[in-house]
Amino acid sequence: MKELSLHIMDLAENGIAAQGNLIRIRVNEDIKANQLTIEISDNGKGIPKAMMSLITDPFVTSRTTRRVGMGLSLFKAAAERCGGVFELESEPGQGTRVKGSFIHDHIDRAPVGDMATSLVSLLAGYPEIDIDYTHMYDGRNFEFDTREIRVELDGVPLNEPAVLQHLKHAIKEELDHIKESYKERPDM
Amino acid sequence: MAKLSVSDLKNLKEKVSKDMSLREGKAKILVTVHMGTCGIASGAREVMDALMKEMEEADRQDIRVMAAGCLGMCSSEPNVTVEIEGQGPIAYQYMDANKMRQVFKRHILKGEVQSDFALAKM
Repeated sequence: MKELSLHIMDLAENGIAAQGNLIRIRVNEDIKANQLTIEISDNGKGIPKAMMSLITDPFVTSRTTRRVGMGLSLFKAAAERCGGVFELESEPGQGTRVKGSFIHDHIDRAPVGDMATSLVSLLAGYPEIDIDYTHMYDGRNFEFDTREIRVELDGVPLNEPAVLQHLKHAIKEELDHIKESYKERPDM
Repeated sequence: MAKLSVSDLKNLKEKVSKDMSLREGKAKILVTVHMGTCGIASGAREVMDALMKEMEEADRQDIRVMAAGCLGMCSSEPNVTVEIEGQGPIAYQYMDANKMRQVFKRHILKGEVQSDFALAKM
């Protein structure tokens, strides 16, 4: 994957395939600690205990388990080659949480990439799913929760093309904003 | 939070619901972008992005877009399936933003199957 935002999209899709209807995405770019962490959790059906040890091995995957085959193993490999750690927790019936950490300035770390387009593509394809997304950059936060947006839109579906375009630009703008104010600080 | 403020979303809602009431009818065309790991890794997001821009321009209520997982033909991803009511679904292969725009303008809007990009008729 060329961008970490594509991994995020893929892992969110795992949660949807597991019948989750709320996907929580946390991206934390801690510049001072030189660390990037990405956490995706869902409220889907979870992973059976017997599958847990096999799930990140791409070669164990058969057709019936392909849902979690390549995606998780690619994300795990991406984190581990950047001096990071991969964690996976799952409770059958409760949901699954995937977390990967990366050394922020590691030379092999793919860019976070176009988060706005990733999120909006998910909304376009799965309009019934809610996404709760928080992006932290050096302690500054951007929060985006489709449950709140839905209330304001009052019945207008999230996958209306005009709504999607608006949200995409808004997310892009907000993310640029939390990153920009970091650069502007005189002591940096 | 300029574009995500309450008043801004209210304005958006007003505008979009007015547009929606002008369009009528049920979806007769279903466009599926396959967004499994294989699709995403090979560019399905850019295909979906191009499709959404076309959808906004076309302003048609009878076209429905959805995402799905892998089609089972990972080596030919990104795949897009177009199904027009009363016709068999057409699966397209090796899609990108440009091909998506062409398929949208020719096949989806005018009914001309773009057989150069087609993988199969299902």
